[in-house]
Amino acid sequence: MNAGPGAAVVDESAVRNALDEVADPELPVVSITDLGMVERVEVGPGGIAVELLPTFVGCPALELIRTAVEDRLAAFGRPVSVDHAFRVPWTSERITARGRDRLRAAGIAPPIDDPSQARCPHCGSADVALDNLFGPTQCRSVHYCRHCRQPFESLKAV
Amino acid sequence: MTTTRTALAAAVPDDLREAVDGLLLSMADDEFVIGFSDSEWTGIAPILEEDVAMSSLAQDELGHASALYELLAALRDGPGVDADAIAYDREPHEYRHARLLDHGRGDWAMTIARRYLYDTADGVRLEALASSSIAPLRELVDKIRREERYHLMHATAWLQRLAERSGEPRDRLVAAIEELGPDAGTVFTPLAGESGLVEGGALAEPMEALESRWRARITPDFVRLGLPMPPATVDPGNGRSLHGDQFRWLWTEFTSVRRQEPAATW
Repeated sequence: MNAGPGAAVVDESAVRNALDEVADPELPVVSITDLGMVERVEVGPGGIAVELLPTFVGCPALELIRTAVEDRLAAFGRPVSVDHAFRVPWTSERITARGRDRLRAAGIAPPIDDPSQARCPHCGSADVALDNLFGPTQCRSVHYCRHCRQPFESLKAV
Repeated sequence: MTTTRTALAAAVPDDLREAVDGLLLSMADDEFVIGFSDSEWTGIAPILEEDVAMSSLAQDELGHASALYELLAALRDGPGVDADAIAYDREPHEYRHARLLDHGRGDWAMTIARRYLYDTADGVRLEALASSSIAPLRELVDKIRREERYHLMHATAWLQRLAERSGEPRDRLVAAIEELGPDAGTVFTPLAGESGLVEGGALAEPMEALESRWRARITPDFVRLGLPMPPATVDPGNGRSLHGDQFRWLWTEFTSVRRQEPAATW
């Protein structure tokens, strides 16, 4: 992706591709598009408007993400506005297949509805214990794999 | 969030403005006060896992409070009105949280009893807003309920753990429930203009009906664990307006930074 001041086309797909390079500050292995946070992108002659869905209501990374999006889209040379909305609820189903693979590769189990049924992202075992529903960030729980004897985290299903 | 401001102004008819203001303020203050109480466990919880859990719970609740204060600021829309000013620039007697949340942190059993009673009551209240005619509130509630599910799982697991261990854990839990019980129903203190909220479809049922639902909801847990059911609320009319010394102490804590540097931005 090399959209910049010299890029020929500024359209929704160019903007979405650029947003795919914006990493989640708390989970840098995935982008905000992997997480399904980008709900709407509107490109007009007056500027670019992006609507993001917060994963958690009080996510402290929201302002960091807003700044990262503004910085990345500045290359298009048009005014950028970034809005957070609850109009559509962000749910864990919005995480893409690539996002789930990337989470697993980083040792984080993708979300499942019953947190006690998580599988170990390291060895795939189902012989795991839920240590804590709450983890180092609002969106994560903490587990222990009895099979490979490794702790791991999972994303909460919301 | 400019879109929120416009959306909220359009969603609330003029004759409901005051009642919606009261509803939002009561919910925001509840989440704000329990969030700060929970955060007092950061660093000193009985086990490391609970240190993490209470800190994360507190972060969730303060996030919910912040989003609710944002809606309130949008409703009141005017010069100098913003969420932080509403959250921090009031005197203790102007807060409208339920008296249930006024008892101070107490011991671990007290914290679990308060969380269980509040989470179950808040859950019933949120259900009554799930189809609210006020779209921005309904959308926020949808999002909040997805997080509150984890809070309830946590509180219920601990309630059971303490209740089933005879001796000190159970004794302390029973003492906590007996202390909090008479104030537990204050989450359902009737709101000014409540009938208008129900008629306008903003709230599904009056608070009195929600309180009955809540009592029915918690009865199976209390019966199964042999715990004393919360009695009828004492002084229900003042359930959100008379706050004691314990709250004044917490208020002094959570407003201290704001009062030192009122103009600071974060």
